[in-house]
Amino acid sequence: MNYEAVIGLEVHVQIKTHSKVFTRVAAGYGHPPNTLTDPVVLALPGTLPVMNKAALDAIIKAGLLLGCDIAPVCKWDRKQYFYPDSPKNYQISQYDQPMCLNGSVEIELPGAARNIMGEHKKIPLTRIHLEEDVGKLNHHATDSLVDYNRAGTPLMEIVSEPAMHTAEEAFAYLTSIRNTMIYGGISDCDMEKGQLRCDANISIRPVGETKLGTKVELKNLNSISFVRDGIAHEIKRQLAVVAAGGKLIQETRDYDGQTGTSQSLRSKEMAHDYRYFPDPDLMPVHVDEPWKQKLRAECPELPFDKQRRLLADYQIPYTITSVLIPDRELSDYFEATAKLAGPGRAQAAGNWIANDLLRELGAAKLPLSASKVSPQNLAALVQLIDAGTLLNAAAKEVFIEMFATGDTPAVIVARRGLAAAPTDAGELEQWCRDSIAANAKALAEFKAGKESAINAFKGPVMKAAKGKANPKLVDETLRRLLAATN
Amino acid sequence: MSVPLHFQTIAELAPQLASGRLSSIELTQAVIARTKAVEARVRAFNSYDETDAIDQAAASDARRAAGQSRGPLDGIPLGLKDVIAVDGQPLTASSKMLANFVSPYDATVTQKLKDAGAVLWGRLNCDEFAMGSSTENSAFGPTHNPWDLARTPGGSSGGSAAALSAGAAIATLGSDTGGSIRQPAALCSLVGLKPTYGLISRYGLIAYASSLDQIGPFARSTEDAAILLGAIAGHDSRDSTSFQTEIPDYRAELKTRRGPWKLGIPREYFGEGLDPEVGAAVEKAIAFYRAQGCEIREVSLPHTRYCLDTYYIIATAEASSNLARFDGIRYGHRSKDGKDVLDVYQKSRAEGFGDEVKRRIILGTYVLSSGYYDAYYLRAQKVRTLIRQDFLNAYREVDALITPTSPIPAFKLGEKSADPLTMYLCDIYTIGVNLAGLPALSLPCGFTKSGLPIGLQLIGQPFREADLLATAHAYEQAHDWHRRTPNL
Repeated sequence: MNYEAVIGLEVHVQIKTHSKVFTRVAAGYGHPPNTLTDPVVLALPGTLPVMNKAALDAIIKAGLLLGCDIAPVCKWDRKQYFYPDSPKNYQISQYDQPMCLNGSVEIELPGAARNIMGEHKKIPLTRIHLEEDVGKLNHHATDSLVDYNRAGTPLMEIVSEPAMHTAEEAFAYLTSIRNTMIYGGISDCDMEKGQLRCDANISIRPVGETKLGTKVELKNLNSISFVRDGIAHEIKRQLAVVAAGGKLIQETRDYDGQTGTSQSLRSKEMAHDYRYFPDPDLMPVHVDEPWKQKLRAECPELPFDKQRRLLADYQIPYTITSVLIPDRELSDYFEATAKLAGPGRAQAAGNWIANDLLRELGAAKLPLSASKVSPQNLAALVQLIDAGTLLNAAAKEVFIEMFATGDTPAVIVARRGLAAAPTDAGELEQWCRDSIAANAKALAEFKAGKESAINAFKGPVMKAAKGKANPKLVDETLRRLLAATN
Repeated sequence: MSVPLHFQTIAELAPQLASGRLSSIELTQAVIARTKAVEARVRAFNSYDETDAIDQAAASDARRAAGQSRGPLDGIPLGLKDVIAVDGQPLTASSKMLANFVSPYDATVTQKLKDAGAVLWGRLNCDEFAMGSSTENSAFGPTHNPWDLARTPGGSSGGSAAALSAGAAIATLGSDTGGSIRQPAALCSLVGLKPTYGLISRYGLIAYASSLDQIGPFARSTEDAAILLGAIAGHDSRDSTSFQTEIPDYRAELKTRRGPWKLGIPREYFGEGLDPEVGAAVEKAIAFYRAQGCEIREVSLPHTRYCLDTYYIIATAEASSNLARFDGIRYGHRSKDGKDVLDVYQKSRAEGFGDEVKRRIILGTYVLSSGYYDAYYLRAQKVRTLIRQDFLNAYREVDALITPTSPIPAFKLGEKSADPLTMYLCDIYTIGVNLAGLPALSLPCGFTKSGLPIGLQLIGQPFREADLLATAHAYEQAHDWHRRTPNL
């Protein structure tokens, strides 16, 4: 029998706000333990939560970006369970009225080759709700310590329908959510910092069956590649159990990305009764049309929409867009440069960014925002090359210096004497005449219609010019002289 | 013979402080001396800090000398129920769970009283986590009623009532979830006000039942209650359930708002279980208002019989959740015998909480459990809406309602502690007000033949405390019950 896998993802995204979701203390990562706390975070007796409006704005924006229906009222519930990472022993969350319903995430599957766009699909969403993050436990030999810095950080849970069938789809789904959240300024989605976390619900069923099989929840998929590997591993495990005549049980499994194995954490029988009820400390908040309109106006173009537009408007290759698109700033930088460089020069601009700029930034371990190469300067460089003023080899040198100093290419070219054209047009013409005269064979071939024979004349000219001749001018001069030669 | 300092009102003391005839240090020392004289018998305090109180009094005198007095509360010693946070002072909720807890922050009402210059004096005993009607649920022992030391001062804010009644403070704050200010006020012959839900910030009040809890004053007169209410009322950005509303000058309004009012007598509040002496005193008060030209009308609050059940579902559900934070992990009592996390939770809570608290946590956990939520919690919320609607319907006909505060006067300590259900009936006339979120106050309206105080309850309309206080003030002007003090 043939089986197919069915995958649904629960993705947690930390919202990037200055303060925590129910109190004024700062939210952040990497601070000394328990320094981002206050009486509310620590759930001291008598403290009360007050909602951070920026967090609500962010989830509404996320919902708008993903085409969700936005709830007219933001309502809060308490999810109750005892665990030391949860200071109140309940988590403020949204139970029966999530902020966002429906919507979908557009994904792109791998293409036939690296330079070919893959198939696009829409993965439907069930809901997105807002909640507070919990603290972190650090286990030691004889005791455990709790760090509440993370507790109270605004957290969105994005729940997909069980609509994916391969690890690749799950990978693409997570990538797309990450790109979208980064574009929206909602989160930096750094998985290493726990800003993006993923649990997967995985089951298998005979192909053609519509009922879902026994579900296994896979936890701790804490890097994008672990998501792909963990899901692939779990599908294989389930197929093996069934193939061996075994029966799958509903359980939660923990995936270890280092060893590529998983182990059971708990079975369904140990499921919690969370005793949800509306939080009496927080009043429902009405989200009206003007509020949504204002946020809609702040929503950026979605990554895939931008990619389609760059391909159409700038005629650049797919491979360049797939480098640019995941980074909103980088793709904006490209657009600014391409516009300044002018028609027909977008691909060159894209190549400089995708190859040289990213290489230099990577080597210097700098973000784009720290780059000294402005779009104006990069556009000017592309124009100099296009005008034949600068040869490619020289341009590479100029770029390195632009990156180091922030100077304009014109200044660097002048300073370093890298300009291509010799000042004396008469001298160039003489070198061309000499070259033609010295190569009767090539002349005959050119006259016989072999276009490429012209290249044979260029080498000696360049040599005479010590490599500084403008190749465009050399080409033009040779053609003019050849036309006049019998 | 003049009234000793410790039995005077804020309204009487403030001008003496203002004129310099009296210093805050003298007044505070008088209150401290009185406290020491009576505390062994009354047991109203969980803790007090003499040095701190004298320092505050000295600061108040210095302000006044510099011409920077902050008004009528500046220099007045006030006691707070031990569920209201004061920075640097113990905050125990009368529970073993918090026996060694010191608050590192101020409640909003505490901050407001400090801003008004009050001298914060003492942490007052109450039923553990404000659950009870007699202070017998305090882990530190019961408080005794100054009018009869064998009897309860009521609860849960029994310490706040007893301390004030005994002269161990000039006014106090309590909290009222089902009658916890009004019932002890009635049993100790004091004015006790439970404000409209949302008028006073709950930030820094240890939560019992979040949708019902409200802080309010105990005072020797409606005027003092008005002064205190004005000092603590108002929206707070730290409490989303606090209301944005104009705060009137309650004290000034006492004199400008005059009847005659239309007063409603809810027939459901005068039935079985009402002590005849209490009933007679309330009837006399009604007769007084009628004689003043007030229109008295019988009204009906038909859902009254569901109040107790509704209350014990909603309050315990919220309590079971609010008290989850007391787990021995970050603060509070931690069992020494915990073997793992679950064991630490179970043992710490088993050792830290008293019986009544455990009873309510278990009940609340049950009503929120999967499969029971709709039948209990959800239904109780619907009934709660009907109860509120009853009151709002009555207010189409009348301005306020008159009822007894407590069906019975102060009962003997130990008399009801064996049977929680009898104890719950003490709140029969007060809990509807909390469910409906309304303001209500209790004021002294007489004594039984054996000398026990009787309280009259006036229930008002949302955010119309000024009218409520003025209605009470009219009665108080013509009677002297509130001037009497216990023989201690």
